[in-house]
Amino acid sequence: MNYYAIKAIYRYEMARMFRTAVQSIIAPVLSTSLYFVIFGSAIGSRITEIDGISYGAFIAPGLVMLSIMTESISNSSFAIYFPKFTGTIFEVLSAPVSYGEVLLGYVGAAATKSVIIGSIILATASLFVDIEIAHPLFMIAFLLLICVSFCLFGFILGLWATGWEKLTIVPTLIIMPLTFLGGTFYSISMLPPVWQTISLFNPVVYLISGFRWTFYDNADVGIGLSLGVTVGFLIVCLLTVRWIFKTGYRLRS
Amino acid sequence: MCSMISIKTLTKTYAGGFEALKDVSLEIDQGEIFALLGPNGAGKTTLINVVCGIVNASSGEVLVDGSDIVSDYRLTRSKIGLVPQELPSESFETVWNTCCFSRGLFGRPADSKHLERVLKSLSLWDKKDTVSMQLSGGMKRRVLIAKALAHEPEILFLDEPTAGVDVELRQDMWNVVTSLRDQGVTVILTTHYIEEAEQLADRVGVINHGEIILVEEKAKLMRDMGKKQLVLHLQKPLVDIPSQLSSYDLGLSKDQRDLTYTYDTKRQSTGITALLSDLRTVGIYFNDLQTSQSSLEDIFVDLVNEGR
Repeated sequence: MNYYAIKAIYRYEMARMFRTAVQSIIAPVLSTSLYFVIFGSAIGSRITEIDGISYGAFIAPGLVMLSIMTESISNSSFAIYFPKFTGTIFEVLSAPVSYGEVLLGYVGAAATKSVIIGSIILATASLFVDIEIAHPLFMIAFLLLICVSFCLFGFILGLWATGWEKLTIVPTLIIMPLTFLGGTFYSISMLPPVWQTISLFNPVVYLISGFRWTFYDNADVGIGLSLGVTVGFLIVCLLTVRWIFKTGYRLRS
Repeated sequence: MCSMISIKTLTKTYAGGFEALKDVSLEIDQGEIFALLGPNGAGKTTLINVVCGIVNASSGEVLVDGSDIVSDYRLTRSKIGLVPQELPSESFETVWNTCCFSRGLFGRPADSKHLERVLKSLSLWDKKDTVSMQLSGGMKRRVLIAKALAHEPEILFLDEPTAGVDVELRQDMWNVVTSLRDQGVTVILTTHYIEEAEQLADRVGVINHGEIILVEEKAKLMRDMGKKQLVLHLQKPLVDIPSQLSSYDLGLSKDQRDLTYTYDTKRQSTGITALLSDLRTVGIYFNDLQTSQSSLEDIFVDLVNEGR
């Protein structure tokens, strides 16, 4: 195991995060705070409780999820795409590192950033609404699992992208709509039956539902199913990254 | 001398069907400076990239210090430093941080003394806290060399390292390369400046259309393939070369003032004495004379043109 390489990549990426703290940390915290102000306070005060939970508190897990999913994808895709764009990727490709070590460095750093951002947003949310965490260990496990999974997904996106447009198209046109339609701001049970069925084809529903369960012991779908979908997504991402490194797809000619 | 890099029947065909390397076999000795010359698109960079692990070979075998570059990639890559042809830089990182990153990436623990030595040898020490984007092209080139040397490689690939750099840096570079060779580092250099290869290389390889067309010791190459010329500055312009001198390989300059005789130093007799005598016989006299030897560049151009 090349621990020095993992450490070098990890430290390098973390340094990039602190160098761009405004973009990396303050921007997502500010946008989430605005969601709380608008949806939680202004609009939320006119919405009745959902499953016995105030609307502001109900949306908190969904907003954390929204932020960590978009930040995970953005951080890790940029982390690997930028060296490809500038040409500095040659150094990683010619270094004595395995793909697992490259992943630990890049995805580890991106996931750390996401966990930090998620924690800050959670702390920010607690300033606006009363948050209870019914299953703290599950909450941490879910948070880590989703951060790592979406960082892996972002890493794949960064490897696949051949231009800046491709890098932003998936988060903007696929992830964002799926997240907004995945129960961030509402319970699936509030939808008409047809849309409830359609929503079950949205994988993000399971992630948000599972994460919300860790807070309020209340979920749209079973926790086992949520966990299964999340772990399944992680495995699919891991296998895809493994295939990319084995074949050199868009990395090695 | 033992072989540091052993390339056997290496081929590389890109996805589009372009055959960049055709059955390339090459041995590079430990501690030598090997200059790989070839025109644009000849396959120099592809060959380097295969050895460094950036490009996958289509077939063939590459051993670095006896280890296979695929099955023993950790061992082989840790011995190699690469200075690429382009100038990719981590724009927002300081020189020091980017060198520390390179050292760690290649599995070496932090060693600020070594990095200090490397940066000083490349006149980069006073720039160590400067971010790459604020450096000139020449300075960025130095940083790339420093990064390649950060992990103390046993083999250094320099892919056109002095392209677009000033005379001072080129001289610094040459000093660094010579000093590395003295320390036992094997240096593989590709360059368009044949003068550079002539100055530095122990051996020269010429690649064209993906094939190695020649590998030879530089001194032997210049001795065997080089031609010598004797230039005579005539007292009076000469309209035509007299038929009595047709047995000599003679050329007349446009101003009809210089007569050039090309001869082979390997022959038992150069023919100079006979030529001077025959010139006197036909009444051609000269004020001055000089001899010159063809450069590595002349030899390279001849070789590449032969392959066309």
